[in-house]
Amino acid sequence: MNYDHIVVRYGELSLKGKNRRHFESQLFETVKKKLKPFPALKAMKAFDRINIDLNGEDYSPVVKKLQEVFGIHAISLAVKSENDLEMIKAAALEAFRKANTGPGTFKISARRAYKHFPVGSQELNREVGAHILINTENITVDVHKPDIDVRIEVKENATYISCITFPGAGGLPVGVGGKAMLMLSGGIDSPVAGYLTLKRGVRIEGLHFHSPPFTSERAKQKVVDLTQELTRFGGKIKLHVVHFTEIQKIIKDKIPASYSMTIMRRVMLRIAEQIAEKNNAMAIANGENLGQVASQTMHSMYAINEVTNMPILRPVITMDKIEIVDIAQKIGTFDISIRPYEDCCTIFLPSAPKTKPKREKAIRFEQYIENLDELVARAVEQAETIFLDENKTTEEFSDLF
Amino acid sequence: MIYFDNSATTRPYEEVVQTFAAVSKQYFANPSSLHAKGGEAERLLNKARQNIAAYMDAEPSEIIFTSGGTEGNNIAIKGSAIENKERGMHLITTMTEHASVYETFNYLESIGFSVTYLNVNSNGQISLEELENSITDKTTLVSILHVNNETGAVQPVEEIGKILAAHPKIIYHVDHVQGVGKVPLDLKRAGIDLCTISGHKFHGLKGTGALYVRSGIRLSPLFTGGEQEGRIRAGTENVAGIVSLAKAMRMTLDEAKQKGSFLKEIHSYLYNSLSSVPGIAVNSPQTGAAPHILNFSIDGIKPEVFIHTLEEQQIYVSTRSACSSKKAGASRILLAMGIKDSLASSAIRISLSYENTMHEAEIVVETIKKAVKNLKEVMR
Repeated sequence: MNYDHIVVRYGELSLKGKNRRHFESQLFETVKKKLKPFPALKAMKAFDRINIDLNGEDYSPVVKKLQEVFGIHAISLAVKSENDLEMIKAAALEAFRKANTGPGTFKISARRAYKHFPVGSQELNREVGAHILINTENITVDVHKPDIDVRIEVKENATYISCITFPGAGGLPVGVGGKAMLMLSGGIDSPVAGYLTLKRGVRIEGLHFHSPPFTSERAKQKVVDLTQELTRFGGKIKLHVVHFTEIQKIIKDKIPASYSMTIMRRVMLRIAEQIAEKNNAMAIANGENLGQVASQTMHSMYAINEVTNMPILRPVITMDKIEIVDIAQKIGTFDISIRPYEDCCTIFLPSAPKTKPKREKAIRFEQYIENLDELVARAVEQAETIFLDENKTTEEFSDLF
Repeated sequence: MIYFDNSATTRPYEEVVQTFAAVSKQYFANPSSLHAKGGEAERLLNKARQNIAAYMDAEPSEIIFTSGGTEGNNIAIKGSAIENKERGMHLITTMTEHASVYETFNYLESIGFSVTYLNVNSNGQISLEELENSITDKTTLVSILHVNNETGAVQPVEEIGKILAAHPKIIYHVDHVQGVGKVPLDLKRAGIDLCTISGHKFHGLKGTGALYVRSGIRLSPLFTGGEQEGRIRAGTENVAGIVSLAKAMRMTLDEAKQKGSFLKEIHSYLYNSLSSVPGIAVNSPQTGAAPHILNFSIDGIKPEVFIHTLEEQQIYVSTRSACSSKKAGASRILLAMGIKDSLASSAIRISLSYENTMHEAEIVVETIKKAVKNLKEVMR
């Protein structure tokens, strides 16, 4: 016998009262999409969980996929048994043997949700526990810290027995919390910020500033690839690419070098706000982090943030670089982020940007660009949109593979 | 023609050759070039890396492209031995490795490393106990051949991995050249740090291969130069070869999935038929061995003579590892399994691929029976 089922358990969802049904159906939709590459699988929504019938598929790639879904608290491998004590005992023993690799401890956690089943939870604990003890060697019971927790859940139609549980991604199902426009430079921080935004159930769209020929196609490709990675957690994601060369040239031309960075960021934020409005996003998200580089000081943020009223989500604001890198490695964006291409933030970087820019000065210098509104409007208008989807990775070259 | 020498090399898939040609013509630019053509070649290279990583259940950054098995084994073994020589100079491998591993360890011995060569039993497997007893605090590397290229014996790589898990500083290399598509290997379960594969053993092209380098493992490069392949393997990437490698691997794994126990059936048929022929001693283990390699000896008949006899019927088999076949004398691997000298010197290897058929196996068995009978009469 093999593990033939996967039981997906929700986390915080159960706390969410009235919204719960909405959250659950959102999560179920996401799970169904996630399982598309495995057509044999059958997912069924139950009261407080999703049951997946593996239909003979190997569980490990399925678990891996499910671990990318926010809103899932735990993923257990389960054996399905009929509601019959002897069959439950046999199945529990098999499941235990599969999970157990040597001497160790276990406990039984039985739950009889279906009260018409004649054997109570306590009695199930005893009966199944004894059956495992009799049929194994070097195994003892430890109800406090067992190596293996054999969970038995008696439902109306069947009993599920699981011994192996994998942690889920936690968070809330993507889509229950509105939408944010994520500014993606191509660096390490912004994709992590996107991941953490998604974790709170917020859908994202990407926004990238592209300045050919000062930044190359590869710098843009890098952002496309990063966004593609984020689709594993966020489903379909739109990426907006703003052509920024003209504005950057004008900034370089008209603004004192020490303020060019500040002004550039103010303009970017204006464009981000408008693109967000246009796409029904209610917030901007970015990878800003206090105290790392010139533009990321408190003074700088104060001088830049002024141009918009829209909430700006900064999920990595308080993190150490090493914490951000850890997450980037975990989610597979790190190796893409460190590809060595110039991005729009570095290419026009003045040799000595102000770390403590003054807001008044920024406002005054900005007025040197007389047609700023027009430039911003044009950039918004001409932005290119790329659609990315987890299950449709670049079809390019597919004939060669 | 009946080609039963697939462990020496396989016939490349037609589609693989076409891919190689198409990429060579259309995407000839250097992936490191900054222009758009270079970018295109680089994307193609990345895609191949992603695909191969997915087939091996690894990350793209963990795949280093090489020119094949010999290079992969050399980079893995010399690269880690030299990188870690300050920590210790003791290495462990087995008596029955492929020449590209065995000779590499001999070389390392000649420059001051000490090497333990683990013995094998009559099934060609090492003793886990001997492995455990051989580990010292100076040991930095254990290198194990997953599927033996001469006999098909399979080492317990997962159990070995469990033992090594208690020694996190020891690097664990597995030579998986003969296993791809034939004997599944789960890198994560076995706790493998380095793993060598070679394209031409699974219907890819010669000169293509890959080395899995687990994230966090550092290797001293054999080729120094440019920054390609994470600086472990400098040199302009063989994009066409690499893409064709990805294609061959996909096709092989698909075929393995579709045909399931197909090789095993032919293998059992060959095993049972040949072991009942008087004068033939089968050297491959009966159980737990790979489904595509069968090694047997005909006492008193020179293997070269036998090879040429079969060749007259357009049947192609080997004497032993292609990389060692020009050496005279007994097989080092068979001797290590405790097989007597006269048999170890007269070994024949049949090796299958999914392109072979049961019908071919039947013809081969009949031909071998006749040949043995005739030759025995001549030699008498």
